[in-house]
Amino acid sequence: MEEPHPGQFYMLEVSKGMDPLLKRAFSLFRRTPEGIQILFRIKGKGTSILRDLKEGAEITVLGPLGNGYPLPSDKESPLVIAGGIGIASVFSLAEKISKKAFVFYGARTEQELFVTGELEKIYKELVVCTDDGSCGVKGTVVDAVNDFVRNRDGIHQPVIYACGPNVMLREIAKTAAANGISAYVSLEEHMACGIGACLGCVVKTKTGYKRVCKEGPVFDAAEIVWKP
Amino acid sequence: MNLEVNVGGLKLKNPVMTASGTFGYGEEYAEFVDLNRLGAVVVKGLSLKPKEGNPPPRVVETASGMLNAIGLQNIGIERFIGEKLPFLRRFDTAVIVNFFGDSVDEYAEAAERLSATEGIHGLEMNISCPNKQAGWCIFGTDPKVTTRVVGAVRKKTALPLIVKLSPNVTDISLMARVAMEAGADAVSLINTITGMAIDIKTRRPRLANITGGLSGPAVKPIAVRMVYEVYRSLKIPIIGMGGIMNAGDAIEFLIAGASAVAVGTANFVNPRATTEIIDGIIDYMEKEGIGDIGSITGTVHAG
Repeated sequence: MEEPHPGQFYMLEVSKGMDPLLKRAFSLFRRTPEGIQILFRIKGKGTSILRDLKEGAEITVLGPLGNGYPLPSDKESPLVIAGGIGIASVFSLAEKISKKAFVFYGARTEQELFVTGELEKIYKELVVCTDDGSCGVKGTVVDAVNDFVRNRDGIHQPVIYACGPNVMLREIAKTAAANGISAYVSLEEHMACGIGACLGCVVKTKTGYKRVCKEGPVFDAAEIVWKP
Repeated sequence: MNLEVNVGGLKLKNPVMTASGTFGYGEEYAEFVDLNRLGAVVVKGLSLKPKEGNPPPRVVETASGMLNAIGLQNIGIERFIGEKLPFLRRFDTAVIVNFFGDSVDEYAEAAERLSATEGIHGLEMNISCPNKQAGWCIFGTDPKVTTRVVGAVRKKTALPLIVKLSPNVTDISLMARVAMEAGADAVSLINTITGMAIDIKTRRPRLANITGGLSGPAVKPIAVRMVYEVYRSLKIPIIGMGGIMNAGDAIEFLIAGASAVAVGTANFVNPRATTEIIDGIIDYMEKEGIGDIGSITGTVHAG
């Protein structure tokens, strides 16, 4: 098995039949001594099938795919930011750089926060927020990051790693640009092949369309042409 | 056992090719497939100038299929020749270049440029991509325009010329006849079928382009019927495609009248689909006592 890098992803076969047809893309959640873990939210047909798999079931998996997060240098202070299920992508990064990671994790409500227990073991600082205030700080993760960046002196060379809804990433990109902070965001787009052939999963960048599966899924936030 | 086929002058070591747009420029699949084993690699459609393609979302899955509206994104013929073709030439497989243009002149110029290049074994003209709302998409649906554009390309190339037909027409046999009379050596069918999907929550189309081309197992019966009809009326070399997922599907197309087949959407589902299909065809020939794969072409029409 090829060793995965935080931020990479896998294509999982969800059916041996013709419907659903395509493999589904999931971030590497964790590398364990036994293999890899995927964290997903049940959303449609594919994820429902995955939920119903019996222990010991065999499926075909393609990966690890994509580029992954560039690791912070010794001098940099990583701010790891997740919105909702976006935690699946940044978790293994936070785990890898645990001693120094400032983790910001937001969701609409407490029920949509996952693995907070696991997270508590690996952060340097952890800020949890929910839109409805049911857990942690009331407000969005973007607000929390803005507060942090504005009010904390002495954070040496912050660098942002983020995964979550597009709107959240766009706002994080603005914060990063306004404060001269490097930001790496993991993006999502409808994907067919996962290996760069179909050109289905492109995002608009300042140098043209780029494939999320090949040039991404992690992009420099300053490179992306965000949808208004 | 003979797997070799001759499709309108194009000699292939076996009848399994890749469908344009589903196999990149070959290198994307090289870590999964021994490209030497393929009958031919048909590359992603090229135009004289690079094309940016459509905004996302460009693909959406539907029941047993998918819609795509990539918008013919490609790196352009010159970059293909400089950066991608040298890699493909290292393999002992036929290289077929799929191409298109915005005008008859562009088609002709593209064909001329490609024909002057070493290492290309055949050309496949895309006159049928349904993703564009206007302009060149009529090349494949209006017999007069088809005649003109195929004729113009024919004058510029001595390479085996395949015309890829659109299924979005009333009578595909008529379009096949027109293409052959204008100088095509073979026809490939079918390209994707124009379709649409709507998100019922947002009440918006799922594709940014609104419509897209349907491919995958959902279209296979239509494709088999069209190959059957074209073969019955014209007995011309046909490359059959549309939803081929396994060897059984491929053989179905051969029996319907195809001399070769192309594997498309299956490459997205399983990057090793092409070679698994070749193995499956060999297996079928052994079990059925078939010595020459060409002998099953069109056999559904017997008796």
